[in-house]
Amino acid sequence: MFRQAAHRLLTRSTTIRRLYSTEVATDASSGDSAFVEAWKKVAPNIDPPKTPIQFMEPRPPTPSTLPSKLTVNFVLPYAAELSKAEVDMVIVPATTGQMGILPGHVPTIAELKPGLLSVHEGNDVKKYFISSGFAFVHSNSYTDILAVEAVPLDRIDPAQVQKGLSEFTQKLSSASTDLDKAEAQIGVDVHSALNSALTG
Amino acid sequence: MASTAAVPFWRSAGMTYITYSNICANLVRNCLKEPFKSEAIGREKVHFSVSKWVDGKPQKPTIRSDTPEV
Repeated sequence: MFRQAAHRLLTRSTTIRRLYSTEVATDASSGDSAFVEAWKKVAPNIDPPKTPIQFMEPRPPTPSTLPSKLTVNFVLPYAAELSKAEVDMVIVPATTGQMGILPGHVPTIAELKPGLLSVHEGNDVKKYFISSGFAFVHSNSYTDILAVEAVPLDRIDPAQVQKGLSEFTQKLSSASTDLDKAEAQIGVDVHSALNSALTG
Repeated sequence: MASTAAVPFWRSAGMTYITYSNICANLVRNCLKEPFKSEAIGREKVHFSVSKWVDGKPQKPTIRSDTPEV
């Protein structure tokens, strides 16, 4: 602890604070100015080539007043379930419990556990069961939800869920190595989450 | 100052996050109703062909998949 204090005293006056990613200018359509100047010195008659950053869409800016809708990008490895959908609220199954995300939510990174995701738009609620993933909320009220598997509830077979639950509960009691126990525990968690999603 | 963050049970058993996530996804896929289940299982199969190189030339490739053919 004291070692850190001494280090900070030494560096405070000499180093400049690095900018956070939300403070860095995101509009790079004019290109990197140092590169453009260096190019013009060497080849003044040819237009400088575009750099990769100019091809990227700039990040949508953080609005100064609270936006009225949340923009959600709900993506899976093989498809984008929702892409820039404007919704009122999403409830995600974070490892710390069900988390509701409204427009203006504080920027968060949440790890998701197997559970129910619901997307609320006016009076419509769409529910999906997610196997695991992450949810990122950005300061401009964009939410990225990444999941490996997400299925609407009507595609789940309750008989399979019960069978899996009893199979893994039995494996958990007979497991010997740590790894077996962990796998059985994962099985029990996933199947009980599926069960409560179907019945709740 | 020791880090006191609680370690998830699978991490303390030696499993990585990606293994955990793949196991969860496989379990969910197994609980799907029929047409969706076969679609999902087919979609997630991984195949790759591996060829060893000897003296700068590739040898005959072998096809590997994550579900070994019996």
